[in-house]
Amino acid sequence: MLTRLSGGKVYDPAHGVDGEARDIFIRDGRIVAPPSGGVKPGHEYDLSGAVVMAGGIDIHTHIGGGKMTIARVLLPEDHSAHPVGSGRITRSGSGLATPSTITTGYRYAEMGYTACFEPAMLPLNARQAHMEMEDTPIVDKGAYALLGNDDFLLRLLAEGREQALINDYVAWTLETSQALAIKVVNPGGISAFKFNQRMLDLDEEHCYYPITPRLILQRLAQAVFDLGVPHPLHVHGCNLGVAGNVDTTLKTIAASDGLPLHLTHVQFHSYGTEGDRRFSSGAARIAESVNSHENISIDVGQIMFGQTVTASGDTMAQHRNRARAYPKKWVCMDIECDGGCGVVPFRYRDRSFVNSLQWAIGLELFLMVKDPWRIFLTTDHPNGAPFTTYPHLIRLLMDKSYRNERLATIHRGAAAMSTLGSLDREYTLYEIAIMTRAAPALSLGLTDRGHLGLGAAADITVYKEHKDRERMFSQPQFVFKDGELVVKNGKVIKITHGGTHVVRPDYDKRIDRILRPHLEKYHTLGWENRKLRDEEIVGDGQGRILIAKCTPPQTA
Amino acid sequence: MNRENGKSERAPHVAACPFCSLLCDDLIVEQAGGRVRVLKNGCGRAVSGFENPDGPSQPRLKGKPATIAECIERAAAILRGARFPLYAGLGTDVGGMRAVLSLAERTGGALDHMHGNALQRNIGVLQDTGWMTTTLTELKNRADLIIFAGTDAVSTHPRFFERLVWNQESLFQLESNARQIIYLGAGLNTKPGRSPEGRKPLHVRFDPPRLIEIVSALRALLAGHRLQAAAIAGVRIPVLNSILEKMKAARYGVLAWSTAELDYPQAELVVEACVELVNDLNASTRFSGLPLGGNDGAMTANSVCAWQTGFPLRTAFAAGYPAHDAHRYSIGHLVASGSADAVVWISAFRAAPPPAAKPLVVLGALDTHFSEEPDVFIPVAIPGLDHAAQLVRLDSVVSVYLERQRTSPLPSVAHLLTEIQNAL
Repeated sequence: MLTRLSGGKVYDPAHGVDGEARDIFIRDGRIVAPPSGGVKPGHEYDLSGAVVMAGGIDIHTHIGGGKMTIARVLLPEDHSAHPVGSGRITRSGSGLATPSTITTGYRYAEMGYTACFEPAMLPLNARQAHMEMEDTPIVDKGAYALLGNDDFLLRLLAEGREQALINDYVAWTLETSQALAIKVVNPGGISAFKFNQRMLDLDEEHCYYPITPRLILQRLAQAVFDLGVPHPLHVHGCNLGVAGNVDTTLKTIAASDGLPLHLTHVQFHSYGTEGDRRFSSGAARIAESVNSHENISIDVGQIMFGQTVTASGDTMAQHRNRARAYPKKWVCMDIECDGGCGVVPFRYRDRSFVNSLQWAIGLELFLMVKDPWRIFLTTDHPNGAPFTTYPHLIRLLMDKSYRNERLATIHRGAAAMSTLGSLDREYTLYEIAIMTRAAPALSLGLTDRGHLGLGAAADITVYKEHKDRERMFSQPQFVFKDGELVVKNGKVIKITHGGTHVVRPDYDKRIDRILRPHLEKYHTLGWENRKLRDEEIVGDGQGRILIAKCTPPQTA
Repeated sequence: MNRENGKSERAPHVAACPFCSLLCDDLIVEQAGGRVRVLKNGCGRAVSGFENPDGPSQPRLKGKPATIAECIERAAAILRGARFPLYAGLGTDVGGMRAVLSLAERTGGALDHMHGNALQRNIGVLQDTGWMTTTLTELKNRADLIIFAGTDAVSTHPRFFERLVWNQESLFQLESNARQIIYLGAGLNTKPGRSPEGRKPLHVRFDPPRLIEIVSALRALLAGHRLQAAAIAGVRIPVLNSILEKMKAARYGVLAWSTAELDYPQAELVVEACVELVNDLNASTRFSGLPLGGNDGAMTANSVCAWQTGFPLRTAFAAGYPAHDAHRYSIGHLVASGSADAVVWISAFRAAPPPAAKPLVVLGALDTHFSEEPDVFIPVAIPGLDHAAQLVRLDSVVSVYLERQRTSPLPSVAHLLTEIQNAL
């Protein structure tokens, strides 16, 4: 059946379309050319005056995997306070900071998002991460596999093994864990913590392996580049949350040496040591560096005031942060000679100097990084705030007077330390469409998502224009997922099941010869079980595997 | 798999074992003459599980033979008439739990596992204080000191020492034979704690329910307090001090407990004391807890429930949304108080007796014996033996895919519950 969306103001930055009234035609889940004369659409939506964008894409949101379920169990109060009843077609659930999986899928769809990516999947927890994502309806999913604290890789690096071998191991990890990209968290630091090392800076040596985070970062970034994985190495750097870490972050950018890197939740890595309280904004220095390094992209990890929970693979940082847990309980786990996880509940307070400045730093980054193609809208859900705060964040970016009103309510000392009040920039709808649609799709290599060109998947969100952008973005008028109308006036009206985005780079399968004996000797999960089978994701037919193409540089 | 005379055959191959929460996936099994045989790496539990004959599979209504369709119809009728059904036992796989949750939500029911009391002792502490824990591969490669608090591990997880403690090689030049093993308690099988060279473990004996005093004393000594008593639970202070010195000197210590064996009132306080002791030790060295347990699919049931509802087990949908209450929604309370007016008992891995409740629907192992025949009994397939399955390991991090090992006519829990839901 042919569907016509007529007359909406279309924002499609991938094609330079900036709010022009256009018709969009959908057939069999895809955007198609206008029919030749005489063919009548079976369905027509009059969208005059409405804003039309591709479905939103969240490049960094913790939605699936063991640490989220630990966080769920740790915080019954979050779930008791936010129950979600069963609907006529919808299932029940609970939670705001760590919503149950089914609720997560609905909330994303109801906010106009059609794809979300779990950025921290431990390969040894991949099976559960995918099971959770399979129970997240409507949206497409995908995950980034964590490397850089696993003993196999650290050993190879310590032994000075050749890059080709590292590349094969990275490719094997992507394939067997059904991942879309590679992330490194506190390179080497999570492993070092298991040896009782409590800090590890970019050029400090790991206390067991004679290697530095810089080396781990560079070798992994090279591997991702050599394999032609579309998304650059996704980096959660050293010294998260530590005052003065802006220097580490700038050194990390420099260490990229021209290789593409994505630095994630940079807000948490942009702290200086100026002022009486030895805590200041490093946003201007970070923004300047990002602006001048074309190979760098970032997401912000904006914080919002209120209760949330921080869940991270970075046990070294989370164990450090345990004293700030609110409520007073926390979990740290060492995991499988593969990584770790730390879950620390947190309440950001607008009366706190540090929290207020964190809030301002995030917004400074958004407003000072010039190229919206290289900065993505995230709260590092749930670490900075639940993803459901995105519409509020969009309003803060698009509406300077509203932003300044909010600025007037935070800790005065923090406001005085921030340049936020002097930043006049207001994001346009076109820029919002870039940072929440076109740019993430491009960065992840999702060629048929994030835009509205012919042949694209019909993941489309329609908003009623409203000058209150928070209201506008929190209640889309229509959301289409693969051409099906799934949300109307901000409510799910149809349950569908999205696909799982993965990459399958080519590699030399002879890596098995050294990898298999290592795993069989030291690990506790058998070789056969390391590979997640396609049928585990496809299940009884609800799931789908969507393969993003890898283009190694020599063949590009 | 090739089939001759209706009997399937399969040459020796690697298989994963669903019969305890270690989920060992290094077994070698073969299928011959329609029977599965364990050739290698099977403990007694695995052998009896895998070699369990695929016996008569007659579903019954109050003891009378019936068809599966009749049983499904009767189960659906019972659930239609129930105001607050209890889904209990929950010995099933990920697919089975997904179906349980869907049906429980649809019928406004409650959920608890057959090991709910043991699970809750850990969950309660996790919800109150959190914890620092480790997983099996870390234990295998790093632990230079392992303390078993009130458990011997092998009674519930037979291959614990063979696979995880006395391994020949480890990653960090840890001489596995040099690992120190300490048992705290009594009535424990400490023989597996003897190293291959014959070095004996340290066994500190005392009356098991006094474990809380021992752990609390260790915490007090670690904090620098002087204890007035000459002995705690009959254990002399110098002995406690020497244990503490070993703990402080460990590079990576592990403190394991098993809540199934801490079966007395307020046992969660023992878990909490263990957690706090581990936390305190991490001020200077690295130490981790390891809660043992999760057999009969308990870890799987709890994990799926937590990600789909936001709460651990002992959650009910009576209000139209999930709500969690560790006491009100326990099997014990719901059955004793009569607040559950129908019970669906699920135990697919082995025969486990259902609670005395009426009406009662049992989806159970085919050799389940009843003192009184339930309203509905449908023998079900064993996950990981009769059908492919996914299960969550005891550390709740790793999950395992288990292939089907034999052809069985028995239906899976997931299939039956879906059919029952369709028949509502």
